[in-house]
Amino acid sequence: MLTDPPAPAAPLSSRSNHEQLPIAARGLAKSYGRIVAVDDVDLTVHEGDIYGFLGPNGAGKTTAMRILLGLLRPNGGQVRLFGRDPQREMPEALDGVAGFVESPHFYPYLTGRTNLELFAAFDGGDASTRVDRALETVGLEGRARDKVGGYSQGMRQRLGLAVSLLRQPRLLILDEPTNGLDPGGIRDMRDLIKELAAEGMTIFLSSHLLAEVEELCTRVAVIRSGQIVYEGSLAELHASATPRYRLRTSDQERAQRLIGNDGRVGELNRLGNELVFSAEEPVVLELSRALAEAGIGIAALIPQTATLEHLFFELTEGGEHPHRLEPVT
Amino acid sequence: MRPTVLTAYRWELRKLLSQKRTYIGVGAAALLPILFVSVMGLQKGGPYDAPLGHNLRKSGLALALVVLTFASRFGAQLVTALVAGDIVASETAGGTLKMVLTRSLRRSQILAGKTLASFTYVIALLLALLAAGLVGGTIAWGFHPLTNLTGAQLSAAHALALSFAALGVFAIPLLAIAAFGIFLSAATQNSAAAIVGTLVYELAQEAVGGLVHASWAKHYLLSDQFDAWHGVFQSPTFWTPIIRAAWISAIFAAVPLALAFAIFRRRDVAGE
Repeated sequence: MLTDPPAPAAPLSSRSNHEQLPIAARGLAKSYGRIVAVDDVDLTVHEGDIYGFLGPNGAGKTTAMRILLGLLRPNGGQVRLFGRDPQREMPEALDGVAGFVESPHFYPYLTGRTNLELFAAFDGGDASTRVDRALETVGLEGRARDKVGGYSQGMRQRLGLAVSLLRQPRLLILDEPTNGLDPGGIRDMRDLIKELAAEGMTIFLSSHLLAEVEELCTRVAVIRSGQIVYEGSLAELHASATPRYRLRTSDQERAQRLIGNDGRVGELNRLGNELVFSAEEPVVLELSRALAEAGIGIAALIPQTATLEHLFFELTEGGEHPHRLEPVT
Repeated sequence: MRPTVLTAYRWELRKLLSQKRTYIGVGAAALLPILFVSVMGLQKGGPYDAPLGHNLRKSGLALALVVLTFASRFGAQLVTALVAGDIVASETAGGTLKMVLTRSLRRSQILAGKTLASFTYVIALLLALLAAGLVGGTIAWGFHPLTNLTGAQLSAAHALALSFAALGVFAIPLLAIAAFGIFLSAATQNSAAAIVGTLVYELAQEAVGGLVHASWAKHYLLSDQFDAWHGVFQSPTFWTPIIRAAWISAIFAAVPLALAFAIFRRRDVAGE
């Protein structure tokens, strides 16, 4: 079994406690009539995190991200971005913060460059001096003078990142940043995110691509039906899963019976010529002795690291959630 | 330095200047006097009973002002509604609103920029109509003195100056219509609903004006203020309708604009 849902975090009553946190959200709730989109969501993103926000479609990811960016007013709860409240201190709360929710959108009748110049003007300061650099960073300098109406989805996605970089953010919030990108574009985006993180930027991203999250992220939150079912480091998430083993013996039938009779073993399956089961390490030690005593030779006993995909499905699909809510469609 | 309302206004204008429909609206306004003078050229007679209509064929300066009378019935409001009703709602539909609202401008600054740009567009429309009317009318009937509504003779130069003043007075209620369009655009987040709603609003005022028998009551409807510019072409200048147009239009503009700002500042931005 995975860990229990995270315990509620301390409220944000003391601003100083959370001043340095790029994101601190406590008890966020948002409903549309009878439909609950997010319910009691806590998020804590530390400086330098590459934070993955995972959940199936309609779980509440985008709603939560919209609240973080001040686009939606929550029915309850609090948010602080570097100690500032995006519900009360706009636009100052977004100083040092950039990003987009869902696909980035632009004015199709303006060129890519003019779109960037517009957003740079809306950022103020010296953002307009960074237009060329941002275009170069996302590899769009060659198409900058074309109207955005002719851009592919992938190009718009890259322009979305460019428009975020204009703000020189300390916190970058990205919703499915590799959406619409071809494999080369996905690789480039991944490399760019790593590069930005290496420069000290904190990155909060939602993604459906679990392999990508596993490769990029240091911490994750998993949301299911509007509630956070896990928040913490990826390493802790892996460690929280009951270890799984692959077993090949001289007599698989008898081995399966013997292992199956032990109530401490979970998820025993036969895959090809191997048995796959989950059990804690002391139990596995006892089982290996029991197999030997029963005259069953062990050809291979291989511990398996649970993939994020396996953990994700266990968290988002396994069993009935105690506070299951109606998903938003 | 943080961006200001001026930043938003400048970029709203640039966006308008980058869209074909902006030029279609201005072009249509400019085409109206040209069409009018062409039709007059093909037939005898004309709308001589319209205010200043008795000057048609005598002075080209009358053309734009007579066209203004016809435009005030529906055309000016239609083009105004097309721009004002779309200016916020198109950003919601295009998904750009959520992008703009995560920058360093306050929501009120963004809406103020849009409001000023809409107002500028309305004035540009009227100037296009006036310019085309002056050029077309002068080519057709010359740059001659004009007889005003009280029978006084005005020099051509004086009549030209008064034409700009009349245009300014005509613009006041039109800006109030634009304000209502902006309100509907912010409230409905739907361009079609906002444009149609704005036109229905104007038509409803006309209808109420037609139903109300007491003339004093009609004077307080927005639709009545579109005739206030006639006061400019009277000797002496008849200020009563002009002043009334100013304050009544101000009320008709202030209420929807206040509502638009209240809605826009607090509104959830969901969906694309």
